Amino acid sequence: MSYAATHDQHDDHHGAPKSFFQRWCMSTNHKDIGTLYLIFSLTMFFIGGSFAMLIRAELFKPGMQLMQPYFFNQLTTMHALVMIFGAIMPAFVGLGNWMIPLMVGAPDMALPRMNNLSFWILPFAFLLMLSTLFLPGGGPAGGWTMYPPLSLQSDSLAYVVFAIHLMGISSIMGAINIIATILNMRAPGMDLLKMPVFVWSWLITAFLLIAVMPVLAGAVTMLLTDKYFGTNFFNPGGGGDPVLYQHIFWFFGHPEVYIMILPAFGIISEIVPTFARKPIFGYKAMVFAIACIAFLSFIVWAHHMFAVGLPLGAEIFFMYATMLISVPTGVKVFNWVATMWGGSMTFETPMLFALAFIILFTIGGFSGLMLALVPADFQYHDTYFVVAHFHYVLVTGALFAIIAAAYYWLPKWTGNMYSEFWGKVHFWNSVIWVNVLFFPQHFLGLAGMPRRIPDYNVAFANFNMISSIGGFLFGATQLIFVGVVIHCAFFSKKKATDRVWEGAKGLEWTVPSPAPHHTFEVPPVINDDELAHGHVND
Amino acid sequence: MGQQHDAYFVPARSTWPFVAAVVMFITVFGAAHWLNAEPGDAGFGKTVLTVGVIGVLGMFFGWFRSVINESLGGNYNHQVDTSFRMGMMWFIFSEVMFFGAFFGALFYIRMFSVPWLGGHGHGVLTHEFLWSDYTAAWGANGGNGPEQAGGAFRTVPAWGLPLLNTLILLTSSVTVTIAHHALRAGHRGRILLFLGLTVLLGATFLYFQAHEYMEAYKELNLTLHSGVYGSTFFLLTGFHGLHVTLGTIMLAVIWLRVLKGHFNKEHHFGFEAVAWYWHFVDVVWLGLFMFVYIL
Repeated sequence: MSYAATHDQHDDHHGAPKSFFQRWCMSTNHKDIGTLYLIFSLTMFFIGGSFAMLIRAELFKPGMQLMQPYFFNQLTTMHALVMIFGAIMPAFVGLGNWMIPLMVGAPDMALPRMNNLSFWILPFAFLLMLSTLFLPGGGPAGGWTMYPPLSLQSDSLAYVVFAIHLMGISSIMGAINIIATILNMRAPGMDLLKMPVFVWSWLITAFLLIAVMPVLAGAVTMLLTDKYFGTNFFNPGGGGDPVLYQHIFWFFGHPEVYIMILPAFGIISEIVPTFARKPIFGYKAMVFAIACIAFLSFIVWAHHMFAVGLPLGAEIFFMYATMLISVPTGVKVFNWVATMWGGSMTFETPMLFALAFIILFTIGGFSGLMLALVPADFQYHDTYFVVAHFHYVLVTGALFAIIAAAYYWLPKWTGNMYSEFWGKVHFWNSVIWVNVLFFPQHFLGLAGMPRRIPDYNVAFANFNMISSIGGFLFGATQLIFVGVVIHCAFFSKKKATDRVWEGAKGLEWTVPSPAPHHTFEVPPVINDDELAHGHVND
Repeated sequence: MGQQHDAYFVPARSTWPFVAAVVMFITVFGAAHWLNAEPGDAGFGKTVLTVGVIGVLGMFFGWFRSVINESLGGNYNHQVDTSFRMGMMWFIFSEVMFFGAFFGALFYIRMFSVPWLGGHGHGVLTHEFLWSDYTAAWGANGGNGPEQAGGAFRTVPAWGLPLLNTLILLTSSVTVTIAHHALRAGHRGRILLFLGLTVLLGATFLYFQAHEYMEAYKELNLTLHSGVYGSTFFLLTGFHGLHVTLGTIMLAVIWLRVLKGHFNKEHHFGFEAVAWYWHFVDVVWLGLFMFVYIL
């Protein structure tokens, strides 16, 4: 690690530029770019959410209600693509952008201009992808996994493939930036094993991103050449195999689901110690558990394909490898609980969301374990049980962690406290309605209701109606969140202190609230007692 | 390694990232339109694509020019240098994974899908019901699948042009290393000679590969449509060729920068990054030579 530092060359040491274009489109500031990412993510969350509302409206009753089946298929496909690549991933990158330099005592990201490019690619990529909804032939409708041959029938394939290429370029550059920042920009004395768990989780996530986004790019490139240039990768008549696509896609796809949950683990590992007023239990075990999960993510991909007709040996291998993941995940859940044990706990909104995460994510983990069993999966595959499972890990998992992080760091970003009352209203409505929304889907799946259909047997009517009601109310509840954020940023009279939370430790709490435009231009002196994990010697 | 001061370096604001995002969007938007155009109606997409590509080239030129000027201005300290190095290394790793997807496809097709179609092991029923007369084989005798996609073809023999190209790329790796040693020793003439040789070898490789493609299309009937053999052959060698093209252009730019005296004994990351990239392209070729041509 290098401590050599050269004088800052640019002309504005203090304060942001006045011009809108200069500040937001030409930025090299990690805080501004982080804000851009977060606003973009919230926008995409509501676009993807509106697709979900339409889906739940169509499924409110049996029979066709509102739309043509083909449009319904476009909605399920676009909902997934927008939420995964537009809402969840950019939110984590935004949080990483904002917080990693503050947490490791760096003045900015290692490669600030590339950082800006990583962000600005995204709005254009989504413009390209969402525009297909308005083109003749409509948007992609073969599911977000884009399995051939179905996906090859869509006229929008080229647009979606190029949009995915752009998103991949953005993710890879973002990940390279985060790795270089963490490995090269830490303040003197910020050893690797003194870093906050959030920073560790992002370091490992960034590695996963660089390893698998190019593989997705390769897979969709083969789709593109199969459709437009007459290659035969996925055509058995020419010696190819559509299952080959599934292998390549899920070699990306499974690490991808951990890309969407490991930073969430990091966030929860920051919030729980703060509000339990105890250092995290088993710091090193937490770090190694994340690394283990990341390693295992590369050798479990075929558990998404148990029903495709894999050789028996492969099914057994992937079943056991998948179940192994529950060991490091269990370590994490137990360590969060042990962190709270005997702590002097308070229950502000971020802590409430973190607690809901621990409980509800664990439910998603258990249903995942059920899906990992090959014989059981033959029954569950492609049913609403799968839908319930991944929404528990992605909505009550990843999304709840992002919301928790937003409440936790909003006072540091804006300098104002958010309204605790409305935060709690948001929390209780979210946690109730999200369960009304997704829990019945387990029963629907076990009873045999398939995913991705606009109409269903009347036997599934009651649970679907309950689920839709939960969905509408959960969606409406998220508007409260927007209100809380806007109020906190622009109208709140209650100023935040630098420390914000009584039990908060770490470098990010040593800078003023709101964090000034430039921080740590001179490397901070690290005091181990001030670090979240500096005094941990286990 | 720069002077020791009391602050980190954060670069000034720049329009280039935003410009880059815009021109990349124009490029892929044009390409997607072109691909979806009705026959004879490709004009709009083509025009947009051309504008986009010109924009991308201009963007690279402008962005790199500003970075080079900052570097020559002595703005980049040791820490920035390390960030650049890490960036390049992880970028090359991502490229390795990109090629990994295509190599993985090749291995899967040769190890599983083609034998299964021929009735081996797991896929026996597909064979029985659909193509019971297909015998699994690779190369000219069945590499285009049970339906003989693209018609009968012959493969490119490994020990002709591909061997020559292997020798060319291996030699170019040696010459670029000699140029690097010359740079560290400060022998300007020798750098220019050996770096120039590397560029020429890269260009020769590309010439031979273009020749090989033309021969494949005209005489061997080995085309992109030749079943999965043609798919893997052309996508693997094609993406590699694209990388050699980029590498050759990058080497040529570095040659011009040496001519202009941009590098010194300690400070020549631009040179090293391109040399790493060139070695990476070389290693990928060895994999191709082994698994696409020989085996």
